[in-house]
Amino acid sequence: MAKKDVPPRWDRKMQQRLARGEAAALGELYDRFASLVHGLAHRVLGDERAADGITREVFAQVWEHPDAYDPRQGPLRSWLAALAHRLAVQRLRATETAALAPGDSGSPEAAEELEHKVRRASVAARADYIVHSMPAPLRAALDLAYFQRRDYRQTAVDLGVTEDEARRRLRLGLQLLSTAHDAGTPPGYGGGA
Amino acid sequence: MTGAEFSEAHDGAGAGSGDGDVPHDGGADFGRSPRIPLPRASVEDGGQPLPEPAGLPPVPLELPHDVLKSLLGAWALAACSTAESLAVEVHLGDCGACADEARRLREAVGLLHQPESLDLDPGLRTRVLEACLDRRPARIPIPAWAAPYDAETARLDALLQDIGDAEWHTPVRLRWFDGEAAASRRTTVAGVIAHLLSVDGLVATALGLEDPLGEVRAQGPAARTEAFWQASHFPPTRAVRVPWREQSHRLVQTVSFTGGGAGRLGVAYGDFELPLHDSMLDRAFECWVHAEDIAEAVDYPYGPPAPRHLHRMIDLAARMLPAALAERRRAGLASPGQTPHLVPAGRPGRSLRLEIEGSGGGEWLIPLDSPGAVGSSEFEVAHVALDDVEFCRLAAGHVPPEEAAAGQLGDRAAIRDVLFAAASLSRM
Repeated sequence: MAKKDVPPRWDRKMQQRLARGEAAALGELYDRFASLVHGLAHRVLGDERAADGITREVFAQVWEHPDAYDPRQGPLRSWLAALAHRLAVQRLRATETAALAPGDSGSPEAAEELEHKVRRASVAARADYIVHSMPAPLRAALDLAYFQRRDYRQTAVDLGVTEDEARRRLRLGLQLLSTAHDAGTPPGYGGGA
Repeated sequence: MTGAEFSEAHDGAGAGSGDGDVPHDGGADFGRSPRIPLPRASVEDGGQPLPEPAGLPPVPLELPHDVLKSLLGAWALAACSTAESLAVEVHLGDCGACADEARRLREAVGLLHQPESLDLDPGLRTRVLEACLDRRPARIPIPAWAAPYDAETARLDALLQDIGDAEWHTPVRLRWFDGEAAASRRTTVAGVIAHLLSVDGLVATALGLEDPLGEVRAQGPAARTEAFWQASHFPPTRAVRVPWREQSHRLVQTVSFTGGGAGRLGVAYGDFELPLHDSMLDRAFECWVHAEDIAEAVDYPYGPPAPRHLHRMIDLAARMLPAALAERRRAGLASPGQTPHLVPAGRPGRSLRLEIEGSGGGEWLIPLDSPGAVGSSEFEVAHVALDDVEFCRLAAGHVPPEEAAAGQLGDRAAIRDVLFAAASLSRM
């Protein structure tokens, strides 16, 4: 979306309103971030009801402990994304572990497979977040080249930029996206992308 | 990522890989899109005998390193020409740095997904917010009479965020009942939101908030809407969504602070006035009705409000019926009634039992002869039964009063008057 990033002032104000116990603020918070939170949870868990549960948990945590968010550490959006990610991965790990046959749970193969699955889901969710947060021109270029199957020359024409610029955007967009594989802690929701 | 070091690495390795017969001057020409004719085409054009199929090895383009590097993204996405792809692939065999990057970018392509449908279950909002408030009750709650507006604006906004730019210009016909006949006005999806923004502005100004019409002066819902539409030389676009949404959020926030006392504050609609809490219910009702207009126009599924919200909206309409009846009688549009004397205020009078079925329903006794009278089962002269959503369609002017699917018993004139009065509650 071409929408500019919400200024940190909005984040601070929101936090103050939540701390004051303003139900209207909780509604606004939901309206702004529910689809982000739900989308991330759904990407990790692949299940509508489970994603609903994570969404409920994320907003409940913020509402109960608005002070857990520190505006100096970065945007509220990134913080919520990281929280949703963490809770969803926890849930995935728990449900996958519970699904293992009692005898299997100790086997190294099962443990390895579980880790692999968790990691794959985690990377996919991070990638979604990166795509949604990257500068709009980069996302538009990737959208044309990948989803609309335009080559970079057509992409350049569609975007009204030079071919050099189209190549640059495609490469930079993919470079940003490739950082989804860097499973640093905390996950890549620093807001830099 | 510094281009210089990669260039050096390439210059050393690349020299041996080029075909001898392709000029390799690395000149400025290569920075532009290269135009090397396809070998087969040129041979055919010249009418020469075709060479042996195997005799023509593909000739990779000879491109400078920074161009090859800049092509990596397009290459990974299969978004460059065959010749360029080939040139990149040949280069990857020679240049470790580019090969590493190419591998990373190809993997990144695998992470691109068609975005999933972002339709959130519209009921999820209520469930999530209720779960939150169970854990920590609000110190500043949203008043019960503002909750339907909060929920309906959120539902409409979810629809709006889901439609494309073009759909904002889909034609929509606003319909209402002008007291005697069906009326309508053509606009677009964006025009409907401009209408909601303008009329919600009545509440905003009553609360001392900024008027979305700015300096333009106009009274009443229709005049304000027309003024808003005319104030711009261009038809409204999706840009109208943000001001509408910000205003609706601000209204909910403000009425939460004004608390119960402000319920008596009046909102002027031009020719009548509603107390603030009724006005917020009225705006919730309008928001739902117009959301359905939009949903129908863009072919989007849309359900009725939550039962307890629907009930409050119906209750407002039922409470407004006696005044609407009196208004119609003054205008000569309703029968004078069998007891033309005024029933003293607060006394029971001739009544119609309005039975609304469905989860938002209930029963109301509508005093027929005076807005000041009290509905009374003792003086019940007629009984009308309607489905909750059908009654709302009637009150929105979307169903002509003659055609409303209503079970009827008793005084036919009274029933007719009440159904017409319900339809005349509607406006643009």
